[in-house]
Amino acid sequence: MTDFLAMGGYGAYVWSSYAIFVVALLIDFLAPRLRRQRVITDLGGRLKRQRKRQEKSA
Amino acid sequence: MNTLTLWFHQFGSPPIFHRVTARLSPWLYASATLIGFIGLYGGLVLAPADYQQSDAYRIIFVHVPCAWMSLFAYFFMAINAFIALVWRIKISEILAMASAPIGAVFTAITLATGSIWGKPMWGTWWTWDARLTSELVLLFLYVGVIGLYNAIEDRRQAARAAAFLALVGIVNVPIVHFSVTWWNTLHQGSTVRLLGPSRIDSSMLWPLLLLALATHVWFFASVFARARVSLLELESGKDWARSAVLGPGAAHD
Amino acid sequence: MRYGTTASACAALIRRDLVLTWRRRGDALNPAMFAMIVVVMFPLALGPEPNQLARIAAGILLVAILLAGMLALDNLFRSDHEDGTLEQLVLSPHPLSLLLASRIIVHWLTTALPLIVVAPLLAEMLHLPRSVLPVLLVALALATPLLSLLGAVCVALTVGMRRSGMLLALLVLPLYVPVLIFAAGACNAAQAGLPFLAPLLWLGAALALALVLAPMACAAALRISIT
Repeated sequence: MTDFLAMGGYGAYVWSSYAIFVVALLIDFLAPRLRRQRVITDLGGRLKRQRKRQEKSA
Repeated sequence: MNTLTLWFHQFGSPPIFHRVTARLSPWLYASATLIGFIGLYGGLVLAPADYQQSDAYRIIFVHVPCAWMSLFAYFFMAINAFIALVWRIKISEILAMASAPIGAVFTAITLATGSIWGKPMWGTWWTWDARLTSELVLLFLYVGVIGLYNAIEDRRQAARAAAFLALVGIVNVPIVHFSVTWWNTLHQGSTVRLLGPSRIDSSMLWPLLLLALATHVWFFASVFARARVSLLELESGKDWARSAVLGPGAAHD
Repeated sequence: MRYGTTASACAALIRRDLVLTWRRRGDALNPAMFAMIVVVMFPLALGPEPNQLARIAAGILLVAILLAGMLALDNLFRSDHEDGTLEQLVLSPHPLSLLLASRIIVHWLTTALPLIVVAPLLAEMLHLPRSVLPVLLVALALATPLLSLLGAVCVALTVGMRRSGMLLALLVLPLYVPVLIFAAGACNAAQAGLPFLAPLLWLGAALALALVLAPMACAAALRISIT
């Protein structure tokens, strides 16, 4: 196991590359999800306000 | 109308696109992750160490698929940009703009892993190697497209302007590569081949190809996820978007 | 209603732009002044050692002129857009690409030509070898119209924006990379005593291509950004 982690002495290079790869893809996975959450909250709030205004005028 | 064009037209309709990709997206993410893990296992555990580069060559399994993806994402963006400008299809505008940040991410990974690989192999973090330099220019092109898209207020006009820039960029990419290669030979720079072994062994090849496949599938999963959000934002006034947010029934009150 | 010929429209546009530039002739010298100041910064930063300066003179000059041209790009369509002239051009019955081509030509004449004129002076200040100077001037003569044409396409995309300076640099500079490489490559090759014709020919070929395609691309981009 230590041998595997050491990567023939190049462990720091190899594992940092893989870490960058995984972290970047994780961010890529989360970014649209967070934006979707924000868009839905915005849109939901806007629709609620709209409905309240309609009820008041009715 | 044959089934293919019919399917194309249906896929191009925002509500159907939103619904279909919702069903598709988790599967794409899951299969990309699964294929990716198999590839990583093959690359990190099963593949033997290279006789020249020892274990450092294992960076190839993330570096090269990301380099391929950085070009693939640009082509995908340019094709969609072309469709968006010629036929004014809304979905294509959104797909083109959704692929720009993903392509930029893959380009950035390529540059980062490339320079990390360069440190043990060339003894320096950065060398003005032809491929690294053109990859850097590619990153600038991506950043330009994203910057232009974000700078214009009107979303559809922004998408069309950025799509046009993407098309100008696709003409530029081969010219940049050609000129940088020429420049590199002129200056007798280090011409170390990034792909160390010229003939790659099959025990190293299959993990590489699997990871390439995984990043492609991941790209489509991510493009769809991003496109869905943009679509929801763009069409927030429409009935289908309301019912997608508040659940069915909320649209007709 | 009858319109004049396209040629007369282009001629009228060129005459108008030249008159406008002449009325504000002080502004026309700004790019040349900018390039000169940038060039002065380099010996101040690197030290006045002539051999060292001579080695990088061509590169400094080209980058300074490229940056000056890029800053000048901003006002290619700005005043025309603000007073509505640009919309008139888009709506005119003549081919927009030809009208824009004449606009770009005038812009090149009024911003890039002064830069080429001061280039020998700047080259002397940086101790560029005399034998390289003709190559530098030919490279500039081929490269600056190319920069103007490529830049015009990007300016057309950002025309509606209020603050477009930094963004314009971001859009334009990646497109300028090949031009810079070949122009500087020719100068460096000449300085090293190597054949320098090939990069100049590449620049010429690119210029011929851009002369035809860039005005059309510029017109298409302008139609996108003016709705």
